[in-house]
Amino acid sequence: MARFKNAQSLKKGFVLTVAAVAFVALVVLPATSFAAKDAKAGPLKIGVGGAHSGDLASYGLPTVKAVELVVKAKNDAGGINGRMIELLTQDDACKPEMAVNAASKLVTDGAEAIIGHICSGATNAALGIYKDAKLVVISPSATNTDLTHSGNNPNFFRTIGSDYAQAKSIVDFSLKNLNAKNIAVIHDKGDYGKGLAELAKSLLEATPGVAVALFEGVTPGAVDYSAVVQKIKQSKADAVIFGGYHPEASKIVTQMRRRGMKIPFISDDGVKDDTFIKVAGKYAEGVYATGPKDTSKNPLTIKAIADHKRVYGEDPGAFFINAYAAAQALVNAIEKAGSTDFDKIVNALHNEPVETPLGNIKFDERGDAIGVGFSIYQVQNGVYVEME
Amino acid sequence: MDYFLELFLGGLTRGSIYALIALGYTMVYGIIELINFAHGEIYMIGAFTALIAASVLNIMGFGPVTILILAMVLAIVYSCAYGVTMEKIAYKPLRHSTRLAPLISAIGMSIFFQNYVLLAQTSDFLPFPSLLPELEILEPYAYIIRSSEVFIILTTFGVMVLLTLLIKFTRIGKAMRATAQDRTMAMLVGVDVNRVISMTFIIGSSMAAIGGVLIASHIGQINFYIGFIAGIKAFTAAVLGGIGSIPGAVLGSLVLGWTESFATGYISSDYEDVFAFGFLVLILIFRPAGLLGKATTQKV
Repeated sequence: MARFKNAQSLKKGFVLTVAAVAFVALVVLPATSFAAKDAKAGPLKIGVGGAHSGDLASYGLPTVKAVELVVKAKNDAGGINGRMIELLTQDDACKPEMAVNAASKLVTDGAEAIIGHICSGATNAALGIYKDAKLVVISPSATNTDLTHSGNNPNFFRTIGSDYAQAKSIVDFSLKNLNAKNIAVIHDKGDYGKGLAELAKSLLEATPGVAVALFEGVTPGAVDYSAVVQKIKQSKADAVIFGGYHPEASKIVTQMRRRGMKIPFISDDGVKDDTFIKVAGKYAEGVYATGPKDTSKNPLTIKAIADHKRVYGEDPGAFFINAYAAAQALVNAIEKAGSTDFDKIVNALHNEPVETPLGNIKFDERGDAIGVGFSIYQVQNGVYVEME
Repeated sequence: MDYFLELFLGGLTRGSIYALIALGYTMVYGIIELINFAHGEIYMIGAFTALIAASVLNIMGFGPVTILILAMVLAIVYSCAYGVTMEKIAYKPLRHSTRLAPLISAIGMSIFFQNYVLLAQTSDFLPFPSLLPELEILEPYAYIIRSSEVFIILTTFGVMVLLTLLIKFTRIGKAMRATAQDRTMAMLVGVDVNRVISMTFIIGSSMAAIGGVLIASHIGQINFYIGFIAGIKAFTAAVLGGIGSIPGAVLGSLVLGWTESFATGYISSDYEDVFAFGFLVLILIFRPAGLLGKATTQKV
């Protein structure tokens, strides 16, 4: 009987707690968000969400640094319309479930616009929360086609080419420059890798005289990929297109080359990372990967990189320039809009061009930056070199 | 036929990789009935120690064979230190509590070690030098099997035989079997149970370290997370073979390796894990104690 009573009171306690939490949430949350929107005098909070820990941290941390640099420069010049900018960072470790938490945290903390997230899967998961909160999101690196092409995300913009554009440049390069006719398409089963591989596959199948030798997904993190490598060999493919990230790409390339397979290996932006060259070593030589167009000769790029070296004492990492441009575009849009009103910022992003390291950019009606696209790079003597 | 042979050898290598780690799992389970989830992390720490040692020795100008041996010895010493300390801190105080407590403690240790290496070292993947010499005899067969694969396969079988002999014929082996059968009785007849358990962790950790060095030089890259994934697969293999049985761990690993390799080769790598774990379920339905496991209290 005592037990029963206990359970009863526990249950009561639980109900009370839930009610209390719900009440507090109802009353306090809208209050804080209204307060944030109305308090024009306080600092303007910009959220930065992305992979800041875990094995993909090397994709996310450069963005934080890029935004820090842009914000610092803006604050030194007096802020946006007199308001100082404050950064809020949240880690999503590239995981959708953590991205949802990170997004909720940023919204609760009063962020008024977002730079991020880094990985497409995580960005997609977080977008709904930002949409409900009417926040503009600019990603420097999320390339999933549907994020802009689906039309569901009017609050989403990006300063990087979409997967569709990327798949098209990979396929065009394989067919025209490498004369491949029978191509194996491999992916890592992830949102990004598989999406890209499927786009490449459909583009290949639409081309007469070209066959897809193999279409397979590999398990990320597996101890080895020898069976898949054997299968590629068996399929007599004359080129391999890989959609995914560098840890798997370096294992597959290493095993292919060690088994004497010399066919071209063409991959994506997830592989155009110096860690890939460091890990795959001599086996990385000759590998092709797409990456954003080389803008290293743009004076703004040179300045951004010099600033990074001065402040952090090292060369910037992946997506730094895209993130720099994203931050500039956001700051410019808020300034031109004259407020953090959602519709006004969106309007400014579409219509007010801004000078960035990626060139003079504004965004098309889907949210893709106009004129931002991909080039093919090849590893030559331990560095990625842009192909003509 | 060539294709079949290649897949067979690929599966054999993969199975041997799992086996090197599974042997440690099964041994600890056999003696103290603890699923040491942090075993994969000991393997990872072994690989990191070897990487650091090899880099330093390389700068000091040692030859490749000296580097291999010294790095291996250092990896073993470090891994054993971590293994034994872990046992003293996380498992020994829980020896008389419920079966579940040390298991949770082991999962905690696993997460702790991962984050420790993440913070103390790096979150990035690091290139691991191939410490194993390339055998010239194998040069013509490089397209099907490589030297490092031969080393891994031979080491796995060597370790399996040595362990079986150790447990069957030596004094400490007899003490281990006694501890496994009945800890209280063993204590009463004068077996130093604490020493036996420490010894078990030393042997288990050494195997993890050897595995770490061999596998990392075969794959060529490491990060803080490698122990977790390899550990899960090795644990599956140990269960498949009959946890607690030394030859069972090797057999289970090979079966798992071949299942994955052939499923990838003949069906699709998308379903590699589906087939591997489906096969595990199937075997456990017909042989609940695993392939070589005995459904009795005698585990070693």
